[in-house]
Amino acid sequence: MSTTILTRPESLSDRKFHYCPGCSHGIAHRLVGEVIDELGVREKTVGIAPVGCSVLLYDYVNFDCIQAAHGRAPAVATGVKRANPDSVVFTYQGDGDLASIGMAETVHAAARGENITIVFINNAVYGMTGGQMAPTTLTSQVTTTTPFGRDCGIAGHPIKVPELLSSLEGATYLTRVAVNNPKNVNKAKKALKKAFQIQIDGRGFSLVEIVAICPINWRMPPEKALKWLEDSMLPLYPLGDIKAEQGVS
Amino acid sequence: MTKELLKGNDAIGAAAIDSNCQCYFGYPITPQNEICEYFSEHMPKAGRVFIQAESEVAAINMVYGAAASGVRAMTSSSSPGISLKMEGISYLAGAELPCVVANIMRGGPGLGGIQPSQSDYFQATKGGGHGDYRLIVLAPSGVQELYDFTRLAFHLADKYRNPVMILGDGFLGQMMEVVVKDSKKSDNFEEPEKPWATNGCKGREKNIINSLYLDPAVLEQHNNKLQEKYRQITENEQRVDTYLTDDAELIIASFGIAARIAKEAVDMARDKGIKAGLIRPITLWPFPGKTFTSYSKVKAILTVEMNAGQMVEDVRLAVNGKVPVYFHGRTGGMIPESKDIVAELEKMGGAKV
Repeated sequence: MSTTILTRPESLSDRKFHYCPGCSHGIAHRLVGEVIDELGVREKTVGIAPVGCSVLLYDYVNFDCIQAAHGRAPAVATGVKRANPDSVVFTYQGDGDLASIGMAETVHAAARGENITIVFINNAVYGMTGGQMAPTTLTSQVTTTTPFGRDCGIAGHPIKVPELLSSLEGATYLTRVAVNNPKNVNKAKKALKKAFQIQIDGRGFSLVEIVAICPINWRMPPEKALKWLEDSMLPLYPLGDIKAEQGVS
Repeated sequence: MTKELLKGNDAIGAAAIDSNCQCYFGYPITPQNEICEYFSEHMPKAGRVFIQAESEVAAINMVYGAAASGVRAMTSSSSPGISLKMEGISYLAGAELPCVVANIMRGGPGLGGIQPSQSDYFQATKGGGHGDYRLIVLAPSGVQELYDFTRLAFHLADKYRNPVMILGDGFLGQMMEVVVKDSKKSDNFEEPEKPWATNGCKGREKNIINSLYLDPAVLEQHNNKLQEKYRQITENEQRVDTYLTDDAELIIASFGIAARIAKEAVDMARDKGIKAGLIRPITLWPFPGKTFTSYSKVKAILTVEMNAGQMVEDVRLAVNGKVPVYFHGRTGGMIPESKDIVAELEKMGGAKV
């Protein structure tokens, strides 16, 4: 006799992820799927896939999905939400998509208090194009376009997205989580659920930054990548709420 | 049927409201600001969506999202702003999303000026964005047509799941004329069902709006499908206006506001005994090549544009060497004068009656 201990969320399709070994996208996708299931909003959810490794998000989810131009997902989400205010709309974006080419769309969606949710994957590199410097690349971090390490005098400083957005009245919930161990995965799920709930309640803009690993482009085995995340990324990108309105739980 | 005195830019807004356009996303740029301002007042009053976006880039992507949701949506801008929208327009065409984009052209290149121009003909009809795609491009030549063609644009966009561009200019946008709102003209413009829209998957399989096809064979199939659609549009939607062409020996080809001036030149030429006529393309894409082909016995064609010579290339392609084709144009916001057009006709050896 067999017992089912884990099933795929209804909000995920049965397509196998194409992601590299150790990549955090699989966990993040699953958490989004679980949260949408638990909130019972799958049939009115519209996901916006970015340009980047998660461009194929639309294949992995089991709800309506739109593929957006590079960086434009928050603008596309704005169009969807305003056209159809009953829908539950989220974007799923990497650091290059959101914080480099799409910074204007990100900031202004937050400034308008768009009632959408952004799931922001920060792994400190451009993944799909092969590991170039991202806006969140750490000081001295070696990437394929910072072969001598990121020199902030030349290549600028890493951007802390939720901190940057926290001065905006329109942003309701800004938080940073990681998916590097089971405890943090549970916390990440709670944050995502809260972010979607804020949207469902019509309370405005929410963004969950997920600090993630990219072992292939970091040129590290997954275990070492997890340690690098803890030792190098988390001191710069500390976990926890950056902005959470009183009474939002 | 009602009659109203309307500014050209306002006529676009009025027609969009009458066409059940649910969302407008814009960004200020001269000489089309009245369009944004019109929507900012009338969309909230109608319980619809107006957003002043942070950029033209954001505005066109908001259109992409709204169109994907299955509602009628539009944006507008002027030349430099339209350049910024071109990325989004390529995506809209690739994902086969219906929408309307109005370009109230000004002189370029670069920041150019704010006076009227027709120098975005190439951009509108030949691509502008990346990839093998086509926009349906409508060229109004008065405020009445700004109204009528905006209504037609929403209809054609839905019919073919394709972006449609209204190609006007600062002259048209700023002038006032009487507009007759005749509902008979839009009798068949009913909004179709959009079962492909991403508006929540309740009671059906999920929908995906996308222009990415990583498998080259599949991307080629997608392109073939688009090309077949463009072939049908070319077959079915060529629109053109002609004036005194039946006995014409010299024909002027001109679109938009320039065609108004060209029409006056035809009358002046006729007064001088020159058998002149006018072909005014209404659809710039699909270009009404059939009409030009049917006049391949005329002595010569003079193309008159407010640019350095853009539509003239399509005229030459259409007559395929059978008729000599000349060009007269002004650029930078300068307006062609009818007397200069007549002088060109005389130089071309205008036949006396």
